[in-house]
Amino acid sequence: MTAAAQPQPSGTRASQAAPRLDIDALIGDRAIGIIVCCGSGGVGKTTTAAALGLRAAEQGRRVVVLTIDPARRLAQSLGLTELDNTPRPVQGIDTSAGGSLDAMMLDMKRTFDEVVLAHAEPGKAQQILANPFYQAVSSSFAGTQEYMAMEKLGQLKQSADRWDLIIVDTPPSRSALDFLDAPNRLGSFLDGRFIRLLTAPAKASGRAGLKVFGIGIQMVSGVMTKILGGQMLHDVQTFVAALDTMFGGFRERADKTYRLLSEDETAFLVVASPERDALREASYFVDRLEADGMPLSGLVVNRIGRVVAPGLSPSRALAMAESLDDGTGPRSATNAAGVLRLHATLVRQAERQRELAERFSRGHPEIPVAYVPALSQDVHDLESLREVGDALAE
Amino acid sequence: MTTDWTNARLHIVTGKGGTGKTTVAAALAVALASNGRRVLLSEVEGRQGISQTFDVPPLGTEETRVARTAGGGEIVGLSVDAKAALMEYLQLFYKLGRAGKLLEKFGAIDFATTIAPGVRDVLLIGKIYEAGRRRKDGKHRGASPAAYDAIVLDAPPTGRIGRFLSVNSEVADLARVGPIHSQAGSITTMLESDGTVVHIVTLLEEMPVQETVEAVHDLREKGLHVGAIIVNMVRPPYLDDAALDQARAGRLHKPSISTQLSEAGVKVTPDLLDGLLDEAQNHALRVDLEREQLAILEETGLPIYQLPALPDGIDPGEVRELADALIEQGMVK
Repeated sequence: MTAAAQPQPSGTRASQAAPRLDIDALIGDRAIGIIVCCGSGGVGKTTTAAALGLRAAEQGRRVVVLTIDPARRLAQSLGLTELDNTPRPVQGIDTSAGGSLDAMMLDMKRTFDEVVLAHAEPGKAQQILANPFYQAVSSSFAGTQEYMAMEKLGQLKQSADRWDLIIVDTPPSRSALDFLDAPNRLGSFLDGRFIRLLTAPAKASGRAGLKVFGIGIQMVSGVMTKILGGQMLHDVQTFVAALDTMFGGFRERADKTYRLLSEDETAFLVVASPERDALREASYFVDRLEADGMPLSGLVVNRIGRVVAPGLSPSRALAMAESLDDGTGPRSATNAAGVLRLHATLVRQAERQRELAERFSRGHPEIPVAYVPALSQDVHDLESLREVGDALAE
Repeated sequence: MTTDWTNARLHIVTGKGGTGKTTVAAALAVALASNGRRVLLSEVEGRQGISQTFDVPPLGTEETRVARTAGGGEIVGLSVDAKAALMEYLQLFYKLGRAGKLLEKFGAIDFATTIAPGVRDVLLIGKIYEAGRRRKDGKHRGASPAAYDAIVLDAPPTGRIGRFLSVNSEVADLARVGPIHSQAGSITTMLESDGTVVHIVTLLEEMPVQETVEAVHDLREKGLHVGAIIVNMVRPPYLDDAALDQARAGRLHKPSISTQLSEAGVKVTPDLLDGLLDEAQNHALRVDLEREQLAILEETGLPIYQLPALPDGIDPGEVRELADALIEQGMVK
C-alpha cells in the first residue's frame, strides 16, 4: 500500500480542527513506560491497545499488553488461544527492530488469590481463601476488576527489565472512571469507621470489644446482624480480620500505582467511536483526567466512515440515482443508481461523524486527536492490527 | 422452546457496548405502551440514557413519566440508585428510623453499595422486583391491578449480564438464613419464571455477535429465559446479489456504469469512478460479513428482529419509528 495510491479518506480531514495526535512519537518516546487506553464499552479500546502494542513492538519497544476483558477479544486479534493471567509471547511479529510483544488477560480471581498468598501469613492465607465471603468477593466484588488491574499493572511494572512499555486496556466498567476511583474507594473504606466495626468483635474476642465503641456501634452491629443474619456477618468479620494484616500493603501498592499513573512516564489515551454517547463519555473522561492532573496524550476516534470517491455531494448523488432508477433502464443503470445511493449514505454518515468529532474538539481545542478509518472487515489477525496501527499513525 | 412471551412482564435488555441497547430498550418500552398500557423503563447504571433518549431532564430516584403514546399509554422512567434503594428497603422492612442514619454515618451504606460483593446488584434488581409487585394502590398485595403492565430494564452489557442476574442466587448461598436470604430467593424465583425474558441487542459484526452467542449460552445455563435477538442498525444492501458478486470481485462493468453516470449528468473523472467502485467493493465485503453473522445468530434458534440504521441519529421521534418496527415485526403484539 503506497501513500500515493491511497486516496485520502475525507473522513480523516476532521483532524484539521484539532491538533493531530502523533502516535509514532508517543510509542517512540522511550521516556513513556505506560500507555492506558480508556473509554466506554464497544469503542474499540482493546483493538487500539493491541494495535499500538504491535506497532510499538515492531518499532523496537519491548511491549506487554494487559487486557481486562471477559470476551477474550484481544486473544482473537492476537491469534492466541489462551490468555491466562501470565504474559505470553505473541507469535508472528517482526522482531527485526529488536522489539518483542507479550500479551496477557487479567484473571481477577487468580490475581486476588496470588495477592493473598504473597502477602498474608501462610495459615491466614488458607483461612482467607476458604472463607465463603472471600470467594464471593474475589469473583464478583463490585470493582474487583479495577483493583486487580491496578495490582497487576504494579506487578508488571516491577518486572521492568522484561518490558519497557506496558499498554493497559481498562476494564469494561459501569464507568471508565471506576479504574481511577478504585484505589481511593478502597482507601476510604480502610480508613473508615466501618472496617473498625467489622474487625472489632473478631479482634477483641466477642462482644466485650464492642463496649469501647459505645452505644452507636452496638446499634449498628445489631442492625447488621438482623439484616445479614449472624452467620454472614461472622463470615464477613472473619474475612475482614484475616485480610486486615495484608490490607495495608494492598492499599499502599494501589496508591503507588495510582501515583505512577500521574507521572510523566504514563500516557493516557481516551478512545471513542464517532457517536454521540461515546464522545460524551470521552469528554467526561478527558475533563476528569485533567482535573486529576493525569498525563493525557490525546483522543483516538475509531471507525470513522470511509469515503473514497471525491467531489460528489450526497444530494446530487441521490438526485441522479433517482433519475437513473426509473425501472426502465438497463441493469447497469440500476447498478449505477445503487452505487450512487451507497455513496450518498457514506458521505452523510462521515459528515455526521465529523460534526460529532468537531463538537468534541471545540470543547477541548487543545486535545490532540487521531482518526482511524473503519476497515471493511473486522479486526481479528495481526495483519489487520497492523492496518489499524498504520491508520492510527497516519 | 417457546417463542411466546405474552406472559412476560419483565423485559431485560442487554447487548455489547455500542450496540444501542438503551435505544432499543426505549423502543421496546414505547411498543409495549401502545394500546394504553403503562410501562416502567428503568436503568441501573446511572448513565441517564433514558432521559437523553427521550430528551427530558435527568431522572432522579423518583419514577417520572418520560413519554405518552397515542393510545393513552405512558412510559415512566426510573434511574435506579443503589443507595436510595437500600435506604428505602431498610425503611420498608425494618422501620429503622435513627439506626438508618447511623448506618450511613458509619459507612455501612457505602460499604453495602460500593464494596460488598453483589449487594449493589441485589439492591438494583430488588428495586425492579418491588416495582413489579407494586399494585396501583401502592401496596404490594391485594386485589388492586398491577401498577405497571410491563417493565423494561436497560441492563448492564453482555459482558456483565450473567453475573448481574445470577447475583441473587450467589447471595442466597452466602446468607444462608435471614431476610436477605429470603429476599434474594424470591428475586431469583421471579427472574427464572416465564414472567421474565432477556433480550440481546447486537450489530451484524463479529464481536457483538460472538458476545451475543456466548450470552445466550450463559443465560440459558443460569436458568434464565432468553427472549429475542434484536439486530440493530441494519442497512439493506444497495446492490442486488449479482451486482454484489461483481463489486466484490472488482468487476462491476466500468464503462457501462460510467456511461450511465454521464447520462445522469455526472462529470465522471477516473478518480470518481474508481472511488465509487472501491466503495461498492467495500460494501460487498461488508454485506458478506453481515450475512455470515446473521447465519450465526440464526443458529441459536431464537426469534430475530431487525431495526434499521437511522441516518440522523436518535431522537424521541426515531425511537417511536423503531417501536413501530418492533410492532410490525411482531415482537410486541
